[in-house]
Amino acid sequence: MSLDTVVEPGDGALLTVPANGRLRIVDLHGNQAVDTLFYDSHDIDNRYSAFDTIRAQRAVYLTTGSRLLSTSGDELAVITDDTCGRHDTVGGACSQESNVIRYGVHTRHQHACRQTFLTYGARAGIGQRQLTHNVNFFMNVPVTSVGDLRFDDGLSAPGRYVELTASRDLLVLISNCPQVNNPCNGWNPTPVQLLGWW
Amino acid sequence: MKHEIPAAAAWSAPVRAGRTITLTALADNANASTLIIGADRLDRLNIPDTLKSQMSARIRAGMVLMSDRGLALATVVASGSDWHDCLIGAPPDRLLQLELAKHGFGAADLHGSVNFFSKVRVTDDARASLTFDPDHARTGDSVTLRAEQDLLVFVSTAAHPLSTTEPAPIAVHIETSVQTEPAEPGGPELRAEAVRALELTRELIA
Ligand SMILES: [Zn+2]
Repeated sequence: MSLDTVVEPGDGALLTVPANGRLRIVDLHGNQAVDTLFYDSHDIDNRYSAFDTIRAQRAVYLTTGSRLLSTSGDELAVITDDTCGRHDTVGGACSQESNVIRYGVHTRHQHACRQTFLTYGARAGIGQRQLTHNVNFFMNVPVTSVGDLRFDDGLSAPGRYVELTASRDLLVLISNCPQVNNPCNGWNPTPVQLLGWW
Repeated sequence: MKHEIPAAAAWSAPVRAGRTITLTALADNANASTLIIGADRLDRLNIPDTLKSQMSARIRAGMVLMSDRGLALATVVASGSDWHDCLIGAPPDRLLQLELAKHGFGAADLHGSVNFFSKVRVTDDARASLTFDPDHARTGDSVTLRAEQDLLVFVSTAAHPLSTTEPAPIAVHIETSVQTEPAEPGGPELRAEAVRALELTRELIA
């Protein structure tokens, strides 16, 4: 095993995962959103594209078999195991500014995922311009036939996990979401475990 | 300013705060994949933030298009359709990238787009499967956005990525607007989140 670490809510990680490496994210306590971005480690402009990924699979939710594509159409990783069953990629990451819009100005100084992305991304040259629409592992964002979207109670449970296999050398930028204003973390953000084999 | 964007072309222009930009389909099956960048040239249209704050999986009249940093970029003040796709992204399009490059932007600025005039149906199944609606856009359909700050607007008329039909031309009309109220009388109702974004934007930069 190459990686075994716990990430507290409000904290994050920047991982280097080589091609064919397997990364498992374990939802230790259930219903914890793990906001995640993927970059080609040799060219960070070739990064995860939520909407190219949705287009290619012609479905909104991610699960086993979903190919995570880049803005150039390259396969960055594939979800190769999933005991949760469904993950979001249209809800984006929380930010202090979007919290103000959604919940009011009293949330302006609560820590948010995009703070974590900027903190951990900096040493790889990932700044505001390089942040894009992410995957929210374990998060339940139903999108319906009448065109509605909402954040709902999670489908995950303690110990459920998702596993990805890298299709090329990757940087994986993770924020374990500290959001307390909606049900994405079951109103109680909790730690997750990262396991890696490469 | 009036301009006709031919089919399978790309176009961009600044749109000053307070002006409106109207896109009109000049043939059936038109598609206008649109990217917007705000006044400071860093703050881009953020589709996930736009959708989650307004509890919608589509763009329609009465929605505010929001930026990465929680500001209003534009309000959809009128629309002939209640569903503009925003889940599929812009088509891979060299011409659109060239328009971005003209303004100094590159691959890092390819963000989620609104595909005006196109509809992709969502099925209520285990994966929220998507199918393109081939009978959605009609000649003469139009959508009007009001710029809530100085914008750069990028439009591609390439066919929608899931469409099998030929691309179509789009007319653009940019006008000075005197409209300043967030909600027009009798117009679409804005959610509280949209009003908050508009108020904040007007206090700070508009
Ligand atoms: Zn978050």
